[in-house]
Amino acid sequence: MTEKNYREAIRDAMTEEMDRDPNVLIMGEDIGVYEGTFRITAGMLKKYGPKRVIDTPIAEAGMVGTAVGMAMLGLRPIVEMMTMNFAIVAADQILNHAAKVRYFSGGQVDLPVVIRGPQGAGVQLSAQHSQTFESFYAHFPGLKVVAPATPADAKGLLKTAIRGRDPVIFLESAALYGMKGEVPDDDSFTVPFGVSRVAREGSDATIVSYSRMLQMSLIAAERLSQEEGIECEVIDLRTLRPLDLQPAYASVTKTHRCVVVQEQWKPFGAAAEIAASITETVFDELDAPVARVTGEDVPMPYARNLEVLATPHEEHVIAAVKKVMYVSS
Amino acid sequence: MAKAKEETTSATIDPVAACAPEWTGILRQMILIRRFEEATEKEFRKGKIGGYLHVYSGQEAVASGIITALQEGDILFTGYRDHAHALSLGAEPRRVMAELFGKSTGLSKGKGGSMHLFDVEHGFYGGYGIVGGHLTLAAGAAYALRYKQTERIAVCYFGDGAMNIGSFHEAMNMAGLWGKAGMCPILFIIENNGYAMGTSVERHSALTDLSQRVRAYNMPTEKVDGQDVFAVRGVADRVIRQIRETGKPYCIEAVTYRFSGHGAADTQQPYRTKAEVEEHRRRDPIGILRDRLGEICGLTDDDVKKIEDWASAEVAAAVQFAEESPVPEADELWRDVVAEDGPVPEGSS
Repeated sequence: MTEKNYREAIRDAMTEEMDRDPNVLIMGEDIGVYEGTFRITAGMLKKYGPKRVIDTPIAEAGMVGTAVGMAMLGLRPIVEMMTMNFAIVAADQILNHAAKVRYFSGGQVDLPVVIRGPQGAGVQLSAQHSQTFESFYAHFPGLKVVAPATPADAKGLLKTAIRGRDPVIFLESAALYGMKGEVPDDDSFTVPFGVSRVAREGSDATIVSYSRMLQMSLIAAERLSQEEGIECEVIDLRTLRPLDLQPAYASVTKTHRCVVVQEQWKPFGAAAEIAASITETVFDELDAPVARVTGEDVPMPYARNLEVLATPHEEHVIAAVKKVMYVSS
Repeated sequence: MAKAKEETTSATIDPVAACAPEWTGILRQMILIRRFEEATEKEFRKGKIGGYLHVYSGQEAVASGIITALQEGDILFTGYRDHAHALSLGAEPRRVMAELFGKSTGLSKGKGGSMHLFDVEHGFYGGYGIVGGHLTLAAGAAYALRYKQTERIAVCYFGDGAMNIGSFHEAMNMAGLWGKAGMCPILFIIENNGYAMGTSVERHSALTDLSQRVRAYNMPTEKVDGQDVFAVRGVADRVIRQIRETGKPYCIEAVTYRFSGHGAADTQQPYRTKAEVEEHRRRDPIGILRDRLGEICGLTDDDVKKIEDWASAEVAAAVQFAEESPVPEADELWRDVVAEDGPVPEGSS
């Protein structure tokens, strides 16, 4: 184990896989000479050369489409989106092509494409640069959607994505890039998709989350423990598609109360899907309706005070847990 | 600077070469495609073929003239008017027809249909239904072929109607860019049949000289008479050799015409007159080839009749095979959404 930050963990995953397999390459805007807006790819052009570290024009459809074609011919391209907000420009390539070609070809090709990049609220990036997209992509069969909450998971899940046979939307939290954590050094370390984990044990209420909101939920759980004596069990989903809710069902069976936390907007979001599945599966175990903590249903404003109002905070999680426990605030 | 060829390339015929048995083979292929398409229209009207159906009649020389010039290992992408490309690459007519019938014996196990034919074994990488979307895939595939240090090339067909969408420009620019380093061995073919669905080139493109638009991406391009398979093949032989050698892209604009409607539902065709269609039918690519083989090589009406009978029998057998094939099993619904999860075998990439 070595202490690494989330950014280094992502870089390590890519360089280890590029060292291991010559068919892995990376492409994106200003990832080579410029070394990446978030410096994820720093040093990679020098190490691997321009055929494997491809600076592309600002052309997201072109980037993703060419990557899909490369994958169909046996390469394993990683497409870095400067931010996932820009990937919407490539929606046709992702949703109509990457997600569908295996199916409509009757399984004649593999599509090992990883589309990765940061998402979520930063600091005053306003409406076009602050969005989160997990429910958008997780809606589509044919894609896999990953949202790691820790440096170790960022590395292990990205390695699984690169080694896989399907298109993967790898959603990084820009706000977590500097976060440190213990990361296994072993080159063979991977984290499988579709295996949620219990990030904190507890018996009073269950909190289900992923990515940055998982970290926020853990802080809220600590405060609830210290301030209220409420012990929350916190489930980290890690991947939204495939989605493993078994640990959540088991936890709710124990706690009988559940809060789902997401950064994105409430309507038709990931929390709605998770809450519905919990209600369908362990309805009789619930002592309160499943609560959702979400961002406010508005485009992200620029002014810092408004931005703070628009995004979920640990106080919201604490209030929601108290609500499902019928504890007055 | 990209090479500018304003003139349409027409055929110069070497009588000895023209009488090589290969040309009779090309005639057979073009007649087979025509009979096949006629059968699909008939089976569509009978309700045996569902969904959308876009037939290729009138454009056969564009598929045959290029595809017969390819080598084993070359790969091809096209849009949804894709039956001819699959057949020309060597897909079995009966498996193409079975796909259109939605049967388990179809090329894509009945899960793609007319617009998504796919036959990787023969180098056919699809059949795509979003106009222009596949151009970027083809450019990336070409990059992969060179990255893996092969001599293979990619071919990408698209219609004049695909030239106004973003993917076209992004693909062309990236192909032109990668071509500078010899990393994009791709032949783009504009199948200019004069219409984007029902909107004529004059009504959909600010610049009507379509190949001129490609030159903006540092890509050499030339225009060819797409009704004359000798002309198409002549250009194809030359530029395919060049692409293979240099790893640089090239674009051919094949000026052609579609005899049938845009799709099977396009019965009224208010965007063109019957007289216009009749005029173009006088330049039927099959007729042009047949007449020339008759004049130069002594191909007789009887020879042609034999080919037509053979093609009709092939197509009838394909229809019968499709008709008699089983529909996909219900559990096929769930297959091929993603790969089976599990460890990837070492060295599989």
